[in-house]
Amino acid sequence: MKHPAVRYHVLHETRYSYESPVSLSRQLLHLTPRECRWQHCLEHAISVSPEPSVVRERTDCFGNAVRELALEFPHDDLQVHAESTIDVFSRSTEGASSASGTGTHRCAADEPDTCLPVSPAWEAVRDALAYGARPVLLEASRFQFESPHVRVKREFARYARESFDAGRPLFEAVHSLMSRIHEEFSFDPEATTVATPVLEVLAERRGVCQDFAHLMLSCLRSLGLAARYVSGYLLTHPPPGQPRMVGADASHAWVSVYSPSDGEGNWVDFDPTNCLLPDVQHITLAWGRDFADVSPLRGVILGGDTHELEVAVTVTPLADAS
Amino acid sequence: MQDRSADGECAVPFTLDLRRSQDPRAPKFLLPSALRMSLTLLSSYPRKADRFDEMLAEDGGVRPSWQGFVAHLEAATTEQMRHRIDYARRRILENGVTYNVYADPKGADRPWELDPLPLILSADEWRQLASAVTQRARLLNAVLGDLYGSQRLLNDGSLPPALVFGHNNYLWPCQGIHPPGGTYLHLYAADLARSPDGQWWVIADRTQAPSGAGYALENRTIVGRVFPEQFRDLHVEHLASFFRDFQDSLASWAAPSSEAPLIVLLTPGPYNETYFEHAYLARYLGFPLVEGHDLTVRGARVFLRTLRGLRRVHAILRRLDDDYCDPLELRSDSALGIPGLLQAVRAGNVLVANALGSGLLESPALPGFLPGACEKLLGETLAMPSVATWWCGERAALEFTIEHLDRLVIKGSYPSQRFDPVFGNELSGGRREQMIERLMARPQAYVAQELVNFSQAPTWSRQHERRLLPRGVGLRVFVAATPSGHVVMPGGLTRVAGASNARVISMQRGGSSKDTWVLTEQAVNTFSLLKQSVGKADLVRGGCNLSSRVVENLYWFGRYSERCDKTSRLLRVALSRLVDGGADTLPALISAVDLAAELRLLPEVEARDADKKVTGGRVRPVADTRLPQATRVLAAICSDEWSAGLAGDIRRLLWVATQVRERFSLDNWHAINYLQRQVKRYGEAVADGAHPELSDALAFLDQVLLTSSSLAGFAMDNMTRDDGWRFLIIGRRIERLIFLAGAITGFLRLESTRASGSLEWLLELTDSIITYRSRYMTQPQLLPTLDLIVFDEGNPHSVAFQVQILVRYLDNQARLLGGPRDETLRLHLGRLHAFDLGRYEGQSFVECRGCDPCRDLAELLDAISTAAASLSDRLAMRYFSHVADVSRQTFAA
Repeated sequence: MKHPAVRYHVLHETRYSYESPVSLSRQLLHLTPRECRWQHCLEHAISVSPEPSVVRERTDCFGNAVRELALEFPHDDLQVHAESTIDVFSRSTEGASSASGTGTHRCAADEPDTCLPVSPAWEAVRDALAYGARPVLLEASRFQFESPHVRVKREFARYARESFDAGRPLFEAVHSLMSRIHEEFSFDPEATTVATPVLEVLAERRGVCQDFAHLMLSCLRSLGLAARYVSGYLLTHPPPGQPRMVGADASHAWVSVYSPSDGEGNWVDFDPTNCLLPDVQHITLAWGRDFADVSPLRGVILGGDTHELEVAVTVTPLADAS
Repeated sequence: MQDRSADGECAVPFTLDLRRSQDPRAPKFLLPSALRMSLTLLSSYPRKADRFDEMLAEDGGVRPSWQGFVAHLEAATTEQMRHRIDYARRRILENGVTYNVYADPKGADRPWELDPLPLILSADEWRQLASAVTQRARLLNAVLGDLYGSQRLLNDGSLPPALVFGHNNYLWPCQGIHPPGGTYLHLYAADLARSPDGQWWVIADRTQAPSGAGYALENRTIVGRVFPEQFRDLHVEHLASFFRDFQDSLASWAAPSSEAPLIVLLTPGPYNETYFEHAYLARYLGFPLVEGHDLTVRGARVFLRTLRGLRRVHAILRRLDDDYCDPLELRSDSALGIPGLLQAVRAGNVLVANALGSGLLESPALPGFLPGACEKLLGETLAMPSVATWWCGERAALEFTIEHLDRLVIKGSYPSQRFDPVFGNELSGGRREQMIERLMARPQAYVAQELVNFSQAPTWSRQHERRLLPRGVGLRVFVAATPSGHVVMPGGLTRVAGASNARVISMQRGGSSKDTWVLTEQAVNTFSLLKQSVGKADLVRGGCNLSSRVVENLYWFGRYSERCDKTSRLLRVALSRLVDGGADTLPALISAVDLAAELRLLPEVEARDADKKVTGGRVRPVADTRLPQATRVLAAICSDEWSAGLAGDIRRLLWVATQVRERFSLDNWHAINYLQRQVKRYGEAVADGAHPELSDALAFLDQVLLTSSSLAGFAMDNMTRDDGWRFLIIGRRIERLIFLAGAITGFLRLESTRASGSLEWLLELTDSIITYRSRYMTQPQLLPTLDLIVFDEGNPHSVAFQVQILVRYLDNQARLLGGPRDETLRLHLGRLHAFDLGRYEGQSFVECRGCDPCRDLAELLDAISTAAASLSDRLAMRYFSHVADVSRQTFAA
């Protein structure tokens, strides 16, 4: 029995205000929700003000939709509104309640509330990903190495090792790593910027969702595993009895880990910021090796001096899809 | 699988036998001179059994391809050889051939090292070598096509994903881009070395933006002139047709367009260690030399920013590393690139050579996988082996490496590691363990290579006359892709090991270089790039492809060269009076020093209260002893701490010259180089002795003035009248006007100038003394002096001359570039014309204490000087304001 979809309306508003005019601006937008097994986009529109000189769409090398903008005239501000209506289905197709029955999912021993897909011992996954002059798991190996924000270093392997006991099933070990990051690191928007190196995050034990995702990726890749960065949105529940705060929500990031278990392989998402496995409350925008591949707006501007940036994400649940 | 053909045959690192080759007790026999030469040349030249000798065969005889040349060396007299060596050394200095170019006299400026004896290769040998290197160029091109396309090599396990996806030069956004003609490597270079059995091996591949082709060309120009007869008689292949083929293929693959394609050479700028070569090649190939911010992307096309607007660029020959080329999609921290370049490439609107993403193949881990890739992609056997390589990412290779560490050199797989090669046999206990731990922790990041035993070739000794020293050599060979196949440069850059560090051949580590002579049995192709036939459609005039940055630098070159001239002149006036030292020169010295201080050309005196003499709120220098004057004047010449001094001006002049060196003729550059050497020499002399001699300083100023007048001559006589030239001349005129008007204002206002001898130096300062003497047979007087240096429009050193010529140039400029005419100077010219010199009649300057005419004239000149300075600001605002704009990255989550 397939669970009904949850339908969301997402409004992602970005506004740059420049102190002096920007004469030339080029932007790459990763603001279009990705079509995937558990998600379907019904409506999507991006509006830009002022009207860009050039707009082009293409698919990037990870299969995400990218929109390229160029504004080749002086302008004082730039506004980008991305609006989508999306159906999200539960990923555990059999539903979490059947965990005890079918055997496709198993509850982690230390976290009885969390049910994990079955996975081989983590060393077996690592060895399957290692090079051996045989056909490789190409889709996974793209996400196995260093990338601009993710480092492969002994420090990360050492931190991760505590969760990766010999013979432990991959997803159990990953869940344990996620729980430790959630417990030992504090969420602190003041502590880091886009440019904070992940080694510093490890040392300082604080950061935001992006940092935790990069940290977790560094740990997993330093062990020889494959894991990718997922950019998207998260529905934050309003406190009971209070109206939903418009604009209180923000864009979010988590990770997805590869296991070769089912034929073509299986990617399972983990959200270290909230210590849970994303399901119908996570909306996927795009994935890549790290933030640099899929940042919602990446741009280069000429002029402008300093600028102010306002970002607001509003995720509103609509009536359940029929 | 990796190629392990050389498994177990690790050569022992060689060391050069220096004792024998540098023995000072050379044999001295009384023999006929030719034979004696032969004895000292060949008999003292050691052959080693464990190395291949390029010149001598195994039986000790000279190889056939070398016989003609060796015979010539034997016959040459000591005097002839000394003359030739000197010639080569001088050319390198004069041409300013450097590996590390910093025109800053304090910078690490290293002259290019060239051994005059060429490396000679026979036609037969070259044919094989060229065909093997061509195959490798085809193979590497096919590998790039695969990795950025279907990725067969990755899918079937022929190549480890770690070496591709794990490599920071694998540019993900370049996946799926198909370059014109399927060509990724437009220019490829292979570093080759020869093992003791005479076999050539590939040591490294240069696929990103190979350097060295320009140095090879420069080596050829010099060595070809050192041995002109031998070069001709031995039938040495010429290099020019290779560059023409390269030029033609870039033009044919450039983005299609109805206009003639504009091809530019993109450089990271003067800080790059091979900037000399960028400038040299740009000039040789006729491509404008540009930096990232000279280019801009509009729509999906690339344009060059020029004074006359944007000009479409159809192809970019890049010397900038590929991950720096587009901050929008590649490295986001790059300030050197062109935002949006990749979009233009994707749209097929610009050719980038080599293709973005080609740096990936420089990984030392790759060669082990090439034999397999060659079978798979080309269906051929790899013709020339690579040096034996073990990529530690495979368990067996890691175990082998740890076991044989003593005989291997360890390198990093990825450039991002910044890992310097480690020689296993140099690791002692603890460091060896650490290395092994590193290898085990992240094996895929390391590569083990066999140590290479380079062949040796003779070099000409610098310490001894007529002595050949053996040195390890490696050969960099260049291959260009053309629409009709690959062409190999018949020659190449031979690199010579420095004696002290013979295991590594590196120009950065004290190595040297050689010209490479490839002999041919056929007629030599004497094509010269400079004689290419040009049709009417190809005619180009007026230098419209000058980037605004180049024009701005030329403008400042004009200003600084004039400023150096005028500053030197004033300091020479003061210094020569110090040197003369007679009592009657003293008042003139004081007034000259006063003016220099007034113009802020002298450092402030650190005067104690007792020494101060305050006049109208201004601190006047003390005039009662000579020593403080001398110290101040000398400090103004050579002090680096004080930025307004002559040393600072010269430094700025040399700096802007470096920025636009491809715009200057070689002779012009010789003059700049000469100045740089004088500065260096004088700087060293000053640093050695605590008290520089006044006469040395005077001689130095004379040299500066000599250079500055050569530069002025080149500007007037040798430069094409394009936008760059016009701005250079405007720069010179503006600077001269600011100085003249300011100096004469100061002269009229200072009291000390009323003393005798001051008018003489004012005429000297304005270079008008000869004209004055020829016109007036009297001692200098105020009225005729002012007429000559302020009002006479026929005197190129007068204020009025500068103003009227600037008015003319600016009108012309407004006509050519559009925009309003500049009226300020025209108004001042009118005021000059209106000034009544008759007011000076009967006035005695010696008795003048702020008389009306002096005050009025000083006021007018002061206003002119200010107007000239603000004119400069206006020009900068109008024409160059965008030059300094730097792109910035923004991210929003």
